[in-house]
Amino acid sequence: MMRRSLTATVLFAGLTGAAFAQDTQSFDRIERGRYLAVLGDCAGCHTAPGGAPFAGGLALQTPFGTLVAPNITPDPETGIGNMSNDDFLATLHEGRGHNGKRLYPAMPYPAYTKMTDDDVLAMRAYFATIAPVKNPVVSNQLPFPLNIRLAMAFWNGLNFTPGRYQPNPQKSAVWNRGAYIVEGPAHCGTCHTPKTLLGGDKNNVALTGATLQGWFAPDITNDTRKGIGGWSIDDLVQYLKKGTNNWTLASGPMAEAVSHSTSQMNDDDILAIATYLKDNGEGGVSAKPAVVAANNNVMHAGAAIYKDSCAACHKDSGQGEANLFPRLAGSALVQSDDPTTLARVVLHGTRAVATAGAPTGPAMPAFDWRLDDAQVAAVLTYIRSNWGNAAEAVSATAVATQRASLAKSP
Amino acid sequence: MARKLPAKDVVIIGLGWTGAILAYELAKTGLNVVAIERGPWRDTATDFPPAYAQDELRYAVRLDLFLRPEQQTLTFRNNASQTALPIRSFSGFLPGNGVGGAGIHWNGQTWRFLPTDFQLRSHLEGRYGKAALPADMTIQDWPVTYDELEPYYDRFEKLCGTSGKAGNIRGQKQAGGNPFEGWRSSEYPTPPLKQGLGATLFAEAARKTGHSPFPQPASNLSEAYVNPLGVKLGQCTYCGFCERFGCGNYAKASPQTCVLPALLRFPNFSAQTESEVTKINLDSTGKRATGVTYVDTSGQEWEQPADIVLMCAFSFFNVQLMLLSGIGKPYDPQTGQGVVGRNYAYQTTSSVSVILKDKILNPFIATGAHGMIIDDYNGDNFDHTGLGFVGGGYMGFGQTGARPIQTRPVPKGTPKWGAEWKKATAETYQRACSLATHASSYSYKDCYLDLDPTYKDRFGRPLLRMTFDFHDNELKMSAYLTDRLAEIAKAMDPVELVASPRKGPYDSTIYQTTHNTGGTVMGADPATSVLNRYCQSWDVHNVFVPGGASVFPQNHGYNPTDTVGALAYWAADAIRNRYLKNPGPLV
Repeated sequence: MMRRSLTATVLFAGLTGAAFAQDTQSFDRIERGRYLAVLGDCAGCHTAPGGAPFAGGLALQTPFGTLVAPNITPDPETGIGNMSNDDFLATLHEGRGHNGKRLYPAMPYPAYTKMTDDDVLAMRAYFATIAPVKNPVVSNQLPFPLNIRLAMAFWNGLNFTPGRYQPNPQKSAVWNRGAYIVEGPAHCGTCHTPKTLLGGDKNNVALTGATLQGWFAPDITNDTRKGIGGWSIDDLVQYLKKGTNNWTLASGPMAEAVSHSTSQMNDDDILAIATYLKDNGEGGVSAKPAVVAANNNVMHAGAAIYKDSCAACHKDSGQGEANLFPRLAGSALVQSDDPTTLARVVLHGTRAVATAGAPTGPAMPAFDWRLDDAQVAAVLTYIRSNWGNAAEAVSATAVATQRASLAKSP
Repeated sequence: MARKLPAKDVVIIGLGWTGAILAYELAKTGLNVVAIERGPWRDTATDFPPAYAQDELRYAVRLDLFLRPEQQTLTFRNNASQTALPIRSFSGFLPGNGVGGAGIHWNGQTWRFLPTDFQLRSHLEGRYGKAALPADMTIQDWPVTYDELEPYYDRFEKLCGTSGKAGNIRGQKQAGGNPFEGWRSSEYPTPPLKQGLGATLFAEAARKTGHSPFPQPASNLSEAYVNPLGVKLGQCTYCGFCERFGCGNYAKASPQTCVLPALLRFPNFSAQTESEVTKINLDSTGKRATGVTYVDTSGQEWEQPADIVLMCAFSFFNVQLMLLSGIGKPYDPQTGQGVVGRNYAYQTTSSVSVILKDKILNPFIATGAHGMIIDDYNGDNFDHTGLGFVGGGYMGFGQTGARPIQTRPVPKGTPKWGAEWKKATAETYQRACSLATHASSYSYKDCYLDLDPTYKDRFGRPLLRMTFDFHDNELKMSAYLTDRLAEIAKAMDPVELVASPRKGPYDSTIYQTTHNTGGTVMGADPATSVLNRYCQSWDVHNVFVPGGASVFPQNHGYNPTDTVGALAYWAADAIRNRYLKNPGPLV
């Protein structure tokens, strides 16, 4: 992670101060703000499915309760029409909204704090131009005592380090641009970095994967077994741009991120992100767990289920088909410590994102009606210890837990 | 009372192959396009996932994907002396229903017609003399040539990713392909499917008897493929569940696997499902359509105004809608005058069943269009002098599957049930195969479609009435072709052989094919056609029937889909490049 120093922060702010003199209504500035809102995937939360752009209303299920993304259109009463530029800066950089009201970190201000003042104000300029929509949203639907916003002052003290991104002079401009986007506006760690009990980022293991909303957001460090170490820079570029590459296809929450954000980024920024991620982490191989022996009964059962239900698409070799059926052999997700996503897609199925570059949008069917917990566990154990893959066996109890949780909130 | 919707540029009736292709081609130009589809939305992952798509009882026996007679049906009689009765259970042919239409449940056989097929009457009269054709045969030349359609066949095959081996690339004969086919501008997009033992044995026998076998062109893909719309198809798994089934592996070409993912990205395209168009509305002159009226599932009637109306329903329902809307003059079989409903034709099929000795054919390893075929007896590929008939068809081994409920081959004389039947099934299943002929059905004065005087549909509109029977020409042809096929089958050294040439009368309760053609035929002369060479109505210039099988002047010895797709692209180009610039009659 980047080291921060007070001096550097002041210097950086000083450098960008000149930008304040720009015409806030110029097309270039508003267009840059629109693009930054794409980088930040603002629509992902603030636009409800089928709703007016940025008029709020998408409910986020957090481990602590429900938060609803507010209306950020310029409507003065129900949106942010009355917000000053200073308020807007404080919101993104410090998590303090209107009248100093403290935000919950479902709004990823711990990441947005890395953004330059100029970028934040360009976004502000853009949001001032979108159609105002009157749509009152009750954001805070958390239970007591978490609904007391002042509690966040305490949380921030433990988990939040405000401050702008500091370039690493040892690295290239492309690398630094990638780091800025990943750690700042794109807030990748919000999903991909493991969390403390209080929901703060465990920054010493940044981007090594985390579970949220019934999905496991995989390790995106350069680890060759559990992360993206086996992917080339071009694999990453294709994935971010089209939602699919020779290895896999984006689905679940990442499908939304690709659809709203990464597929609309410019090629330079996608390359910058890929450059940074490929240079992030040790780049080694995490310790391999022992492979489950092929003569194990569970492996026998798993192999038979695989042949019957999976091989038609994913093939006997586990190679799948590029841009259509994910490759299981060598897959980071298949070998991840947490089988949440694996159990989920076998039980409920999932649909891959469709993008302009890869419009197919194929889907995995649901098997919950046909395979019991032990059978799902067996086939997952089989794919995790076959074709050179290595990961712990999946227990029927873990599948049962996922089945129960999907029944409650599909 | 119909509620009026905001006007669109284009309204499409039916979202199957032609509807999807036209919608894509016209939405691409920026036009606002709406498709109105009688049946439900259908999607690979939700409607036929591989987790349960291979359900023979649901799809092949109970016909889950097909039109229900209570939605829409037609009446049938063999000839004008009979009273037609409604078909209350589809069995002789199976119209599709819902988004994708017949493009979902087809087998994937992707054939081009022969160059001489497009000049059928002038070619046959030129070679055999006018007297060779029966007086009541109403075949006619197409208003387009093979050379004109070739680039559009090529486009449709590239859309589908069709697997096959070319026999003629720009006039150069290609080893291993069909030596009789018309020229192709390029090789098939994907290589031929793998062949099983049955097809291999047939091909050996065909070669031994002096024929030229080749792999059937198949839109069940031999390998993964990305089509020109950027949509990716998977590799066929030879599961043997094609005809009557949707493909859960993204391996069979369909509107779902080839067009819809790209089409749905256009914000200027929308689809209205479970809504049936009841009428095309005309202005006071009767020369211009103003849009369509449709009814949704709640019974609400809607008027959808549009500048262009595209009739993309299954062939029967294009004819019915045209008759109900007063477009074109209805055909009168007494006088031979009128055109709408004229030249209904079908397909003439037959089979030769064989049981081999000591073979394990594994017939369940199959696809809809896998197989080895010969084309020596199709169209005018052979000399008809002295044979007493014209026309022909392809024949060969085309195993589409050997599913457990409906595939129960047993030797002659086996009881129909009980222990002996079970024993015979077990002993025969691996050794039996059925060879088939698939031949032309030419058009006749007394084979036609009109409105039924008695029976009405659920909206109170007259049902379409079919008057059809096989003619001597087709029955003689079937006998000749079936004899030739039996000769090849004998060279496979069978222990039992049963040849079943087609016999009359036509029986609408026994499944033969769903290749129902004609009724809104295209032609060069308004006195004998409903549409001009661009599939445009002669009478109402903003109504097109862009390529459905109802535009065929007669049916040839091949499956219709490739020609349907080629004509869809041909018509789309005419609309885009000519009609939009200067709306009016194109001929």
